[in-house]
Amino acid sequence: MSDVDTSPLPLDAWHRGRGARMVPFAGYAMPIQYEGILAEHKWTRESAGLFDVSHMGQLVVAGPEAEKGLETLLPADLGILKDGRLRYSLLLAEDGGIVDDLMATRRGDHFYVVVNGATKQGDIAYLESRLPRGVVLDHMKEQALLALQGPKAVDALSRLVPGVEALGFMTGGAFQIGGTGAWISRSGYTGEDGFEISVPGAKVAEVADLLAAEPEVKPIGLGARDSLRLEAGLPLYGHDLDTGTTPVEADLTFAISKRRRGEGGFAGWHRIARELEEGPVRRRVGLAVDGRQPVREGAMVLDADGNEVGKVTSGGFSPMLEAPIAMAYVPVASAAAGSSVTLAQRGKLFQAKVVAMPFVPHRYHRKGAAG
Amino acid sequence: MTEYYTEEHEWIRVEGDLATVGITDFAQGQLGDVVFVELPEAGREVTKGGEAAVVESVKAASDVYAPVSGEVTGANQALVDDPALANTDPEGEGWFFRLRLSDTSELDGLMDAAAYKSFCDSQ
Repeated sequence: MSDVDTSPLPLDAWHRGRGARMVPFAGYAMPIQYEGILAEHKWTRESAGLFDVSHMGQLVVAGPEAEKGLETLLPADLGILKDGRLRYSLLLAEDGGIVDDLMATRRGDHFYVVVNGATKQGDIAYLESRLPRGVVLDHMKEQALLALQGPKAVDALSRLVPGVEALGFMTGGAFQIGGTGAWISRSGYTGEDGFEISVPGAKVAEVADLLAAEPEVKPIGLGARDSLRLEAGLPLYGHDLDTGTTPVEADLTFAISKRRRGEGGFAGWHRIARELEEGPVRRRVGLAVDGRQPVREGAMVLDADGNEVGKVTSGGFSPMLEAPIAMAYVPVASAAAGSSVTLAQRGKLFQAKVVAMPFVPHRYHRKGAAG
Repeated sequence: MTEYYTEEHEWIRVEGDLATVGITDFAQGQLGDVVFVELPEAGREVTKGGEAAVVESVKAASDVYAPVSGEVTGANQALVDDPALANTDPEGEGWFFRLRLSDTSELDGLMDAAAYKSFCDSQ
């Protein structure tokens, strides 16, 4: 077992004790897999997978100006966000580029914001430089974060946390798990029903033990986390999103609330409003690749004359479809579902078709919805 | 029949001037779930250290280098059809391709099973 030059997370020994292979990720040693990515992926889709996402940044944004301050950097309508509800949003730069993607929850008198691990220090610096005086930003370094994802996550978690089954998709609340205070929301990044569980780092091994002891639950590594979110059509920051990408190009216009589209007042609005009006030059799409060979991040998208006109930003083998799938940025003329594109990787050409995402249907727990 | 191993975690099983090549159990463990292989066609000349095959796991793509020089005499179609054989039986049903050796002296620098085992233990 080679050691990696990275910081340990609170569950480091817990992962190693369960046979995880650890790799460096976002400055931490993290489990890439336990028994194998395919098995872990399928287990999550059929039962429930436990993910350690403690590398992510958990922030509290507080103070009377917190809502207005955040609205200068996020295109979300936080004004209509009810207590205990969360929303996917984007931290934006002045030119409309995406600084990070995040989840923001209204939690009583403050907002609880979860950002990506690799970008959290930069996000904090950006927020501190841009939020009005009087807004207090607290990075809760002592909090760990677990995700329990899959169709049986609710069965396993409600045994330990009675009442948690009443949460609807994208809502959260304060609970106790094994005597430990936890903030639990019905959310995640796999396309499945599931929960995210924020607990103190000092208690997370106990909580992980409790969850992993449930018969539906197995620990799942980063490898399957990536293949699950790819199948779910969910972009990964640093790969499918970056500061050179706008929300309209990234096909994340759902994250730009109606009121904000009209009013603006957030970083990048001018460019974003223009792209909403006129359409972007390029757009993130899903690709179904012919054959069996995966086409991965960095592969080129070619036009009919062989010129590079776009890039694959995520790609791999879909365990559920048993076929290669990818996300790419393509010119809008080729972005409609059914369009054919040519890809080039290591000197080899591949044919692919633009398909609607998600590749594998979402199965979120929406209240009032059937199933 | 003699078995040799390389530092690139391939095995070579040699009878006379005919060799069968595959990846070792250690290699498949490192790669993870194999989902695709591309094997050389019969008749192709491969050179020791040159690219001979591609193996892709869920995680990543890796090249398989020819451990010795020679002419490819056949490839394992069963592995193309079911790439998971590289995980379940890497040193048997999951073989990659066969070669007619052009220079048997190239085998001299390779490891035997015992040397390969200590090589893996040191990795």
